[in-house]
Amino acid sequence: MTNPIELVGKVNLFGFRTVVDAARKPFEVNQILRQITEIGTKSLLLVIASGFALGMVLTLHTRGTLVTFGAAALIPTVQSLGFFVEIGPLVAALLVAGRVGSGIGAVLANMRATEQIDGIESLSIDSFKFLVVPRVIACVVSMPLLTLFMDFAGLLGGFISEHASSGISFSLFLSRAFMDLDWSNFIAPTAKTTVFGFIIGTVSSYFGYTTNDGAQGVGRAATNSVVVSSLLIILVDVILVKCIFFLFPESAL
Amino acid sequence: MSNGSSAAVAFERVSKAFGPKQVLRDVSFEVRKGEIICILGRSGTGKSVTLKLLIALLKPDQGKIWVDREEITPMKEVQLSRVRRKMGFLFQDAALFDSLTLYENLALPLQRLTIKSKDEIDATVDTVLQEVGLRTDKRKKPSELSGGMRKRAGLARALVLAPKILLADEPSSGLDRITASEIDDLFLRQRAADNTTILIVTHDVHGARKVGDRFAVFDKGDLVAFGTAAEVERSENETARRLISEG
Repeated sequence: MTNPIELVGKVNLFGFRTVVDAARKPFEVNQILRQITEIGTKSLLLVIASGFALGMVLTLHTRGTLVTFGAAALIPTVQSLGFFVEIGPLVAALLVAGRVGSGIGAVLANMRATEQIDGIESLSIDSFKFLVVPRVIACVVSMPLLTLFMDFAGLLGGFISEHASSGISFSLFLSRAFMDLDWSNFIAPTAKTTVFGFIIGTVSSYFGYTTNDGAQGVGRAATNSVVVSSLLIILVDVILVKCIFFLFPESAL
Repeated sequence: MSNGSSAAVAFERVSKAFGPKQVLRDVSFEVRKGEIICILGRSGTGKSVTLKLLIALLKPDQGKIWVDREEITPMKEVQLSRVRRKMGFLFQDAALFDSLTLYENLALPLQRLTIKSKDEIDATVDTVLQEVGLRTDKRKKPSELSGGMRKRAGLARALVLAPKILLADEPSSGLDRITASEIDDLFLRQRAADNTTILIVTHDVHGARKVGDRFAVFDKGDLVAFGTAAEVERSENETARRLISEG
């Protein structure tokens, strides 16, 4: 890998080119839909299963403490706030970075190694616009949707766990879960996942598209895609949370 | 040497290096329209780089390159895209898109670069696939094709836009003599049908002598011989004489 400052500069330029090319015709609608389908197929089950398990675990952990303080009724609220505000967006993004990011990095690197990208260029087709832009757009579009699946799977897992312990009904769990949830707790954190999607798409495509190390580069591109995307997601999350608090002070818990 | 204005393809004092390795040094030659040129030489002597410079996948460090009377060296990407439409490129491993069927591989450039209707695209794809004997395999993905079929499919994709110039990078590598001969026949048919100019990088001297009008022999980045088989056989360069006589 090149030095970190150079890498940041190159990835930024790559992201900037993606934004500029996304606004240029042709808009590659078929490719975008194809990529959205692929991302959904690859990640949906993983995201739902992880959300469900995390929801159950979160309830198991918080229950003991809340019951001690006589606040068992707050379990659904804690669950929904936890998932909608932070756990859902962050964990979904990290899962997608692992599942989809590595795939994008490996596929593009393999296309480079097997001259498929040169093949596209030789046909007078802009390979960047044809391969990179649809993948980044697909990640941006898919992330909020996958996050919603993660959020609701988490709530369902939490409900089943709580129902097993206290016998709470589904309607009561839901009404308590959404009682203290404000739109600002939902919209802004879910919308921030579009930034996570942009990071996953851009970073993974960068490592895949620019590799020049043949078959060896395929594995390296996949690994770098996951490591750098995950790190950037966590770092950017801190900044975005601060921005959300600044723009929506009422969303601070 | 002229300024390349009348040739289908011309190189004028072209050099290219990758880091410290000089791959091409001061290479100049011209290819006439409708001519088949076979580029011979040991591995790593700049043969494939020559083709990639021609289709502008690489830029030369020095020198000028003409394609169909246009100098491509100073061109921007938009202009290069227009020039590339005059050329078809058969890659060494065909470079077909894994995720698309054979039909989709061939239809893609037609959908993107022409105003043909779906029926016209279907007809064009069928015709080209018929030419290379793969019409019944059009729903298959590249991974379902044998090595020879992939080569023919790659050739079909290179021909689908009816290029004036065809570039082929080791079309017979990894193929048995019969299949390689079938590919050579396809080149001859293509030239006879459309007067296509063809440049072939090959190690198969037997096949090269069958299809080539003239031969370019590279050695360590230098163009050491260029001419008909008889001329290369009389060349002062020993590598050139040995290579051309192997067939």
